[in-house]
Amino acid sequence: MSSGRPRDGRARVPVPALALAAVAIAFFALPLVGLLWRAPWSSAWGYLTDDDALTALRLSIVCSLWATALSVVFGVPLAWVLARVEFPGRTVVRALCTLSMVLPPVVGGVALFFALGRRGLVGQYLDRWFDIRLPFTTAGVVVAQTFVAMPFLVITVEAALRQLDQRIEDAARTLGASRWYTFRRVTLPAVRPALMAGAVLSWARALGEFGATITFAGNFPGTTQTMPLAVYLSLETNPEEAIVLALVLIAISFAVLVGLRDRWFGARTTVAA
Amino acid sequence: MSLSAQVQVQLGSLDLDASIDISPGELVAVLGPNGAGKSTLLRALAGLQPIDAGRITIDATVVDDGDAVFVEPERRPIGVVFQQYLLFEHMSVLENVAFGLRARGTPKIDARRVAGEWLDRVGLAEYASQRPRALSGGQAQRVALARVLAADPRLLLLDEPLAALDVRTRASVRRDLRQHLASFDGMRLLVTHDPVDAYALADRVVILEAGRIVQSGTLAEVTARPRSRYVADLVGVNLVRGMVSDGVLRTAAGASVVIADASPGDSIAVIRPHSVVLTTEAPTSSARNVWPGTIVDVDRLGDRVRVAIDGPMPLTAEITAAALDALHLRPGDHVHAAVKATDIEASPE
Repeated sequence: MSSGRPRDGRARVPVPALALAAVAIAFFALPLVGLLWRAPWSSAWGYLTDDDALTALRLSIVCSLWATALSVVFGVPLAWVLARVEFPGRTVVRALCTLSMVLPPVVGGVALFFALGRRGLVGQYLDRWFDIRLPFTTAGVVVAQTFVAMPFLVITVEAALRQLDQRIEDAARTLGASRWYTFRRVTLPAVRPALMAGAVLSWARALGEFGATITFAGNFPGTTQTMPLAVYLSLETNPEEAIVLALVLIAISFAVLVGLRDRWFGARTTVAA
Repeated sequence: MSLSAQVQVQLGSLDLDASIDISPGELVAVLGPNGAGKSTLLRALAGLQPIDAGRITIDATVVDDGDAVFVEPERRPIGVVFQQYLLFEHMSVLENVAFGLRARGTPKIDARRVAGEWLDRVGLAEYASQRPRALSGGQAQRVALARVLAADPRLLLLDEPLAALDVRTRASVRRDLRQHLASFDGMRLLVTHDPVDAYALADRVVILEAGRIVQSGTLAEVTARPRSRYVADLVGVNLVRGMVSDGVLRTAAGASVVIADASPGDSIAVIRPHSVVLTTEAPTSSARNVWPGTIVDVDRLGDRVRVAIDGPMPLTAEITAAALDALHLRPGDHVHAAVKATDIEASPE
C-alpha cells in the first residue's frame, strides 16, 4: 500500500485517538456480541412468542410512549421557563429538575413512593380525594419512567432554546403574532430537531428504566412488569429466556437510534443571515 | 397620522434620551455610530424595548408612556425590517410573507393570495415555495420587506437594511429599496450608520450620538453646519449624485467631477470636506477637479472651519481657522475649490 495523499479529513485523525476510539467501540460492541454468542437461537422463537414475554414487551412500549408524551407536554414548557424566564434560584430549580438523571433510579423510586404512595405526602390525598393509587399500577410505571426520562428532554430543548436567535421571535411579534402564536409557529418549529432528539433520548431512557419502576410500581406481570423487569426476573429462573428478551430490547432501541439519529440529531436549523 | 416619540431608556452603558417626530409620508433616517442607541430607539418604537420614561404616540394612540401604558409589539401598527432580515427558516418564502396576515387571523387562502401578490411586486414570485436559505442577501431583504408590507403597517422601521450586504449588491438593493419605500405611503424610519444610505433614501436625517440627538435636518444642512466634531467626521460629507461615464461624474446641474476608478452608471460621489483645497486664484496643480464658486457660509467648529460654497458645484470645505484668516475669506468671496480625483469615492446608486 502506498503512502498516498489522505482522501479526506478523516484520514488525519491522530493514531492514538483512533486507537482509543477503537477500544471504546469494542467496549460497547463486546457485550452485545457476548449476548449474541450465548443466545439460544433454536429456542428463541418459542421464548419470543411466549405470552408473558409479549405482555412485557407491549407494556414496555405503551408505558415508554406515555412517558415520552408526558415528558414532552411538561418538559417543553419547563425547558422554556428555564431558558427564558429569569427568576431567583433558577440554577437550583434546574439542578432539581435534572437530579433524577444522576440519582440511582432505585432511590428515585423510593422517593416517589414517599411522595405519591398511598401513605405518601401527596399520595394520601390522591387516594382519599380522587381514589387514585399510583404505586403498583401501570400508571405508576409511567410516572416512574417519566421521572427519570424527562430531564433528557428538558436539557436538550433548553440548550436549543438558549442557542436560538431570539430576534426571530422579535420579528414574529412585530408582524402581529402574540406570544403564544410566536411560540407555536416560530419557536417550537425552530427547536424541532432538538425536541425530536430529546424525545428519542427520553423514550430510550424510559424503555430501559428498571430501578425506579421496580421500587415504585413493583413487578406484576401484565400491569407493571416491563421488559427490563422481565429480563431481570428470568435471569434467576431461565437465563436463556433472559438473553432473548434482552436482545429484543436491544434490537428495538438500536433500530430507533439508528433510524432517527441521522434525521434529527444531525439536522441543524439556523436563522438566515 | 404621525409619530411623536420621546424615548428614555437606560440599557447597560447606553443612556438614551431622544425625541423624534415623523410626519405622514415622511422618511426619516437616524444616523449615528455603533452604540449610539439607534437600534434601541427603533426597538422602543417597535415595542421590543419598553421605555423607562417618555411617551410614544403613533397615529394619536399612546403606545408606551414608560408607566401604565404599554402596547405589545403585535398590537402596534408597525413593521420592522431587521438588519439580518430574520426570515423564518422552517417556512417557505410564501409562508414567511403570509405570516403577518396569518398571525392576525386572516384565513390561509386570503393570506397566501396577498402574500403571492407581494412576492410578485418584489419580483420573487418564482421563489414562493423555496426555503429562505435558497435566497441571496438581496433577495432575502426583498422578502423581509414584502413580509412587513404585506401586514400593512402604518409605521415602517428599517434597521440597517443594507448593512448585511456586500458592496456590489448594496447599490442595486438600495435602488430597489428606494423604489419600494417610495410606493409606501406611511411613515418610514431608517436606522443607518452610512450617510450614503441616508442621502439616497431619506427626506431628513436625525443624528444620534451617545444616546442624544445632536442635530437634525437635511444632509446638506448637516454637512454645512455640523454641530459636533463627531457629526462632521461621521456624516458631514459632500454627497454628489450624478451619472458616471469615462471616469467623469456629471451632475444634473451640469458640473463635472473627475473620479479615479469610477464605474459607469448612476452614482453617488463622496467628497470629504477636508479633501477640498480652497484658493483665491485658479490653481495650477495636480488636482483634476477645480470648481469656481462663492462662499455662502462660514461655520467655525473649534480650530476647524466649514466653508459652504455655492456655484455650479455646491460643496462644503473644511479648512483650519488659520488658513481662513490667512486667506481673509468671508461670505460673498469668490474662491476656487480643488479636489484630487483620487480623494473622491463613488458608489453606484
